[in-house]
Amino acid sequence: MRQVYLDNAATTALSPQVLEAMMPYLTEVYGNPSSVHAFGQAAKAGMDKARDQVAKALNCDPAEVIFTGCGTESDNTVLLGVAEKYKEKGRHIITTNIEHHAILHTCEYLEKQGCDVTYLPVDEYGLVTPEQVREAIRPDTILVSIMFANNEIGTIMPIPEIAAVCHEKGVLFHTDAVQAIGHIPVDVKAMGIDMLSLSAHKFHGPKGVGVLYCRKGLRLPSFIKGGAQEKGRRAGTENVAGIVGLGAAIELACSHMEENTVRMTALRDRLMQGIAANIPEVKLNGHPTKRLPNNVNYSIRYIEGESILLMLDMNGIAASSGSACTSGSLDPSPVLLALGLTHEIAHGSVRLTLGDDTTEEDIDYTIDVLTKTTQRLRAMSPLYKA
Amino acid sequence: MYTEKVLDHFSNPRNMGEIKDANGVGMVGNAKCGDIMQMFIKVNDDGIIEDVGFKTFGCGAAIATSSMATEMIKGKTVEEALKLSNAAVVEALQGLPPQKIHCSVLAEEAVKAAVEDYEKRKAEKAEA
Repeated sequence: MRQVYLDNAATTALSPQVLEAMMPYLTEVYGNPSSVHAFGQAAKAGMDKARDQVAKALNCDPAEVIFTGCGTESDNTVLLGVAEKYKEKGRHIITTNIEHHAILHTCEYLEKQGCDVTYLPVDEYGLVTPEQVREAIRPDTILVSIMFANNEIGTIMPIPEIAAVCHEKGVLFHTDAVQAIGHIPVDVKAMGIDMLSLSAHKFHGPKGVGVLYCRKGLRLPSFIKGGAQEKGRRAGTENVAGIVGLGAAIELACSHMEENTVRMTALRDRLMQGIAANIPEVKLNGHPTKRLPNNVNYSIRYIEGESILLMLDMNGIAASSGSACTSGSLDPSPVLLALGLTHEIAHGSVRLTLGDDTTEEDIDYTIDVLTKTTQRLRAMSPLYKA
Repeated sequence: MYTEKVLDHFSNPRNMGEIKDANGVGMVGNAKCGDIMQMFIKVNDDGIIEDVGFKTFGCGAAIATSSMATEMIKGKTVEEALKLSNAAVVEALQGLPPQKIHCSVLAEEAVKAAVEDYEKRKAEKAEA
C-alpha cells in the first residue's frame, strides 16, 4: 500500500543530509563544548558553524542566536522573561486567540501571576490587523507576541506591519515562527522582529532542539538556571548533534526555498482544487492565498474528523484533525472556533500538510481516498441527506 | 489506540443504514459534541427484533459501538435489548480508550430510545 505522510506540520522526516552532518557529533566528536581541550573545542566548532547558519538564514548576528530545547522553550523564555524583566514598566501582554499552546498556556499562567493579557480575535481567515494591535497597546503594554503562521490553518500574519506598530509605540515584538521557518522567507532585521522562536523538526531537522532569536541589546533572564552556556542565556550542556542538525537543516531549507515554494504551492493548490471539485459541501479553513505553501485544511460537512483520519490511515495516509475526538476534550479545535465555525463543522475538519517528499501521485491518491472516505462516512451519517 | 475488534467494526460496520419499514426509531447525542446515533429496529409480532440498522455521525469508537450494539440485539426480544449495557458493548469490542467510554453509553441509549419509540407506537396503535 502507498504510504503518504501529510502531517508535516506535526513533524517532518529527518533529511539524510542533515543526519550525515550530525553523525560525527553522535560518534567521535563527543566533547563538551564548554571544555578548553581539543575534544571540547571540536564540539564548539560544530555549534559555531550552526550558529552562523541560523544567523544567515534569519539575517541576524550569530551572537543573537540562542539554542534551546524546543520551540516551546523559546516561547516560554520570552513570555516569562519579558514579564519578569519589565514588571516595573507594566504587566500587559498582547497576543491572539489562535496561538499555539506554548504561548496560550504560558499566557494563562502569567494571568494567574497577575499579568493582564489581551487575546486579539482573528477574522474568518485567521488574520489580525496592525490596527487591532495599535488599538490594544496601552502605556503598560510590555510585549506583543503574534505567531508568524498558524499551525492548523496555515494563515500567514502581516508580521512586518505589526512589528512596525509595536516599534512606533515602543513595545517589544515577539513572533512564534515555528511553522514559518524553512517554508517562507523570514528576515528579522527587515521585518523588525525583536524576538523569534523556531524549532528544527518542522523543517526536516531533528527533534529536541530550537532557537530563540533575541535582538542585541535585549537580555532576557535564562529560563533554565544553571551554568553559563549560551553566554548565560540558556543553561545546560548543549545538544551538540541536535544543534549541528538544526544548522544544516535551516541552511538546506533556505537554499532551496524558492523552488520548493513554487513546487509546494502547486501541489497544495492541486490538492485544494481536487477536494473542492470532487467533494461537495466542504469549506476551506484559513486564507485562500495568505497561507503556508504546505497547508491544506478543510471542513467536510456531516462527518467527523477522527473517523476521517482512521479511514485515511487505513489507506496509508497520515493526516490530522481539529475534531474534539482527536484532542481528548469535548470541544473541537479552538482555532477553528475562533474563525467562527460552528462546533458541528469544526468537528469535521482535516489538515493535510505537505513535505519535501510529497509528489503529485501522492496528492492524486489522497484526493481519491478522501473522496471515497467522505462518501462512505456520509452514507453512515444521519446528518447527511443525499 | 483502538483494539482490532473496534477497527474491524469501524471499517466493516454491521447493519449499517436505515430500515425503511422500521417500527422503532431512536436518535441520541448531538452534533455540537460530535456524536449522533440513530437506531432503527423492526420488531415482529412475537416481540423479537427481526432487523436492526444504524446511522452514526461520530468518531471511530462511535461507529464501532453502534455496529456492535446492533449485532448484540438482533434476534433478541425487546426485553433483552433493554438489558444491553454499555459495559457489555465495551467488553464485546475488547475494550475502548477511557475517553471513548461515552460512545458506548450513547450506543446503549440509542437502543433504549429505539425500543421506547417502538413501545410508544404499539401503545398508540392499541388505543386506536
